[in-house]
Amino acid sequence: MAEAIAVEARNAVKEFGSGPSAVRALDDVSISIKVGEFFTLLGPSGCGKTTLLRLIAGFEMPTSGLILLNGQDITYLPPNKRPVNTVFQSYALFPHLTVSENIGFGLQMQGRPKAEVHATVARMLALVKLEPLADRKIGQLSGGQQQRVALARALAPAPKVLLLDEPLSALDLKLRKEMQIELKRLQTETGITFIFVTHDQEEALTMSDRIGVMSAGKLQQVGTPKDIYTQPVNRFVASFIGETNFLPATRDGDGYRLDCGIKVAAPLGKAERVTLTVRPEQVRLEAKDASDTIPAKVTNLVYFGTDTHYHLMLPDGAEVVARLQSLASGDTGPAMGQDVGLRFVPGAVQVLED
Amino acid sequence: MKRFSVTTMPGFALIAICAFAVLYLPILTIATFSFNAGKAISDWQGFSFRWYEIAWANTEVQGAAIRSLIIASWATLISVLLATPVALATTRTAKFPGRTFIYMMINQTLVVPEIVPAVALLIFFAAIKIQTGYQGLGYLILAHVMWCIPLAYLPIRARLEGMDLSLENAAADLYASRWQTLWRITLPLLMPGIIAGAMLCFITSLDTVVITEFVKSGGQDTLATYMLGQFRRGLTPEINAISTVLLALTVVLLTGFFLLTRKRD
Amino acid sequence: MAAAEEQVVRETTRRNWLLSAPALVVLVFTATLPFVIVLVYSFLTPGQYGNVVWKFSTDGWVGLVMTRDVFDDTLGWADAHLTIIWRSVKLSFATTIITFVVGFPTAWFIATRPQRSRPIWLFLITIPFWTNLLIRTFAINEMIRNEGLINTVLMRTGLIHEPIVMIYSDGAVLLGMGYAYFPLMVLPLYAAMDRFDMRLLEAGYDLYASRLSVLWRIVMPVVRPGIIAGCVLVFIPALGAYVTPRVLGGGKTMMLGNLIEMQFGQGRNWPLGASISITLAVITLVAMLIIIRRAGRETAQ
Repeated sequence: MAEAIAVEARNAVKEFGSGPSAVRALDDVSISIKVGEFFTLLGPSGCGKTTLLRLIAGFEMPTSGLILLNGQDITYLPPNKRPVNTVFQSYALFPHLTVSENIGFGLQMQGRPKAEVHATVARMLALVKLEPLADRKIGQLSGGQQQRVALARALAPAPKVLLLDEPLSALDLKLRKEMQIELKRLQTETGITFIFVTHDQEEALTMSDRIGVMSAGKLQQVGTPKDIYTQPVNRFVASFIGETNFLPATRDGDGYRLDCGIKVAAPLGKAERVTLTVRPEQVRLEAKDASDTIPAKVTNLVYFGTDTHYHLMLPDGAEVVARLQSLASGDTGPAMGQDVGLRFVPGAVQVLED
Repeated sequence: MKRFSVTTMPGFALIAICAFAVLYLPILTIATFSFNAGKAISDWQGFSFRWYEIAWANTEVQGAAIRSLIIASWATLISVLLATPVALATTRTAKFPGRTFIYMMINQTLVVPEIVPAVALLIFFAAIKIQTGYQGLGYLILAHVMWCIPLAYLPIRARLEGMDLSLENAAADLYASRWQTLWRITLPLLMPGIIAGAMLCFITSLDTVVITEFVKSGGQDTLATYMLGQFRRGLTPEINAISTVLLALTVVLLTGFFLLTRKRD
Repeated sequence: MAAAEEQVVRETTRRNWLLSAPALVVLVFTATLPFVIVLVYSFLTPGQYGNVVWKFSTDGWVGLVMTRDVFDDTLGWADAHLTIIWRSVKLSFATTIITFVVGFPTAWFIATRPQRSRPIWLFLITIPFWTNLLIRTFAINEMIRNEGLINTVLMRTGLIHEPIVMIYSDGAVLLGMGYAYFPLMVLPLYAAMDRFDMRLLEAGYDLYASRLSVLWRIVMPVVRPGIIAGCVLVFIPALGAYVTPRVLGGGKTMMLGNLIEMQFGQGRNWPLGASISITLAVITLVAMLIIIRRAGRETAQ
């Protein structure tokens, strides 16, 4: 069964400036976002994720390519004609209006009857739990409260798609965690398609149905958080999301031979020379000379509370980090300088061919 | 031992206090002596409103004051109406062909002393006066508009530049048309800049003496040119009284504006 | 598809020009065109009762620095004009320097007041700034004339028996201009100092700088844009000053502004007035360009 597509970008290219000094912010991006999903665009700053969002909102027009909403071409439709609303990174709340007036603004502009505007504003205030502050001016609100008003304002006209441009980046850690849960709740309650832009990989992993990872104007990988984390398609995705180890290797029969000479099992690809990647928590430490292990030496120990990171050196000098749960007090794990045997959890090793 | 303060520079505070004293001594003196009962300015002979009454009853002063207010009001209104769209056109968009040209045109009068446009308008308007026969206040209003446009433009532009562009994006995102955005978001937020610009224009128009002196036809004295014309060897107590009224007006306007902007922030 | 984007750019350009058009039209007809006419008039012949006769002549420009002898028609240096030009430039420079020397500490003083009282000090500078120039000039006149406050007080106290003659001199004009343009120097200086990060001072002292070298090597370079703005704002109106020399200089201490005015009054020599006025405009423009160019180069570095 084909799920309905809410937003689609087809070969979207966006260049800023012209001639030889033109900067390509988006480089041939095609993406389909399904109705009702929580989709996150993830990437470092300058990767083009906000540009893509602004193309969908209508603040910018692509240099080439198409933007479709529910199958209709909206590429050149001005923002005020698109059933899409944005939660801005700076919130962009109108400072001369009250909380209610801000929330009701979109409905008023759509020319909805007064009674309806009133009712919807009241419903939105309840949804974001801001009823007591309805008549405050924006300047009298805290950052978290402003964030809620921005959300309510964008949700009030019941958009087909809600765009969120790093809306949590200005909040402190505790508030950010709260708002993450709040956002997820609102998305589930309203059933609206959310497109969420962030550079915070943890935020992306915890909130999203699917993630699109972007870098240098290109879409690198699209998938569920689990897909992205466990089966990154390239080095960028592997390193941007979570920590990981990279080990150069050469194909040898049914597996890959590491540069230190030890053979490791991994799904076979086409390329001869590859990079193997394995997450630190998928590395196990055993006694020195245990069977089927790679000899290694502990070069550094970093204690993180719940777990401990062991920095290990392979015989050829390559570095591997293993993350193990910290032991109860009294117990001691491998010590600095100790020789150990190292094993990768079966199925954990991924092959990167780039 | 004195505590070391990083921001203190030796002698600076002393110079500053002296500067403030020198700044205020002359204007406070003429303000004080405007209430002098006697005729000599620096010889105090008791408190009196005598000179205010004389100035108030003077029909020439009345005419000049009314003329000043009419010219200043029109010049302010027209300058703000002309400058606001230019400020809107030259700020929020990407650089467009001719923007620098527009910017230079608007600010051309800022970089020359007042006497230069005064002379230019004297010559230009003299020719027009002969051609059309019209002698009214229109020339003075137009001359003041010319002088005031950049003064209205700059604070409005500054306000626009400080304004978060995403506010207008947000309005468009929330279904506001371009006009709705202008009326409901941009202009209300621009108000402090417009008020500042209008105030600048109004006070400048009241002040402007050189341009007025050169452009005016006979019998078109404003308060400024009247006072300059009456001034011979020294101040008359009557001019002194008018000066003090203008001074008070400036202080009231400024204080009002100061409090207004403070409250809003 | 890029065509659609280009069309948007074209539309915005058109809209921006339309928005600017009314103001531009007004300014073309009240500033640009009249200035061109001044240029034309400077090459015409003076009429007998003012205005001009439409006959080409370079006398307006020659008359700027030369004078034609009434009897034998030979040319000689116009000493009076040269004196006035020289005085204008000299006094304007002096005004700029004096306002800077006093204005810099004053602006610094304001900028280093506590956050709460700073607006009040700033307000105290703003009031004279907004007060009618004429009134401020009258006030200075009232201070320094022979029967003015200073002489009266000194005579009452018996320190002097004859009034000190201060008015109607270069010094009086200089004092008046310095007084009038002082806020124009302080405000941009303050604006620059307000943005100055005071932690830089701590860093300077931490690295063994003395107060003088902190001032010279850290504060001055950082607030340079404010210094330049202040100097430009004072120099330009000073060079074209008309009211101050008239009120404080009497007939003796004329400056360019008064010389221009004279040609349109008693002098009845409009072409000469036009050429002096253009000279004044050109001097200010060149001064501006040099200062801004240099400032630009320094910021670029």
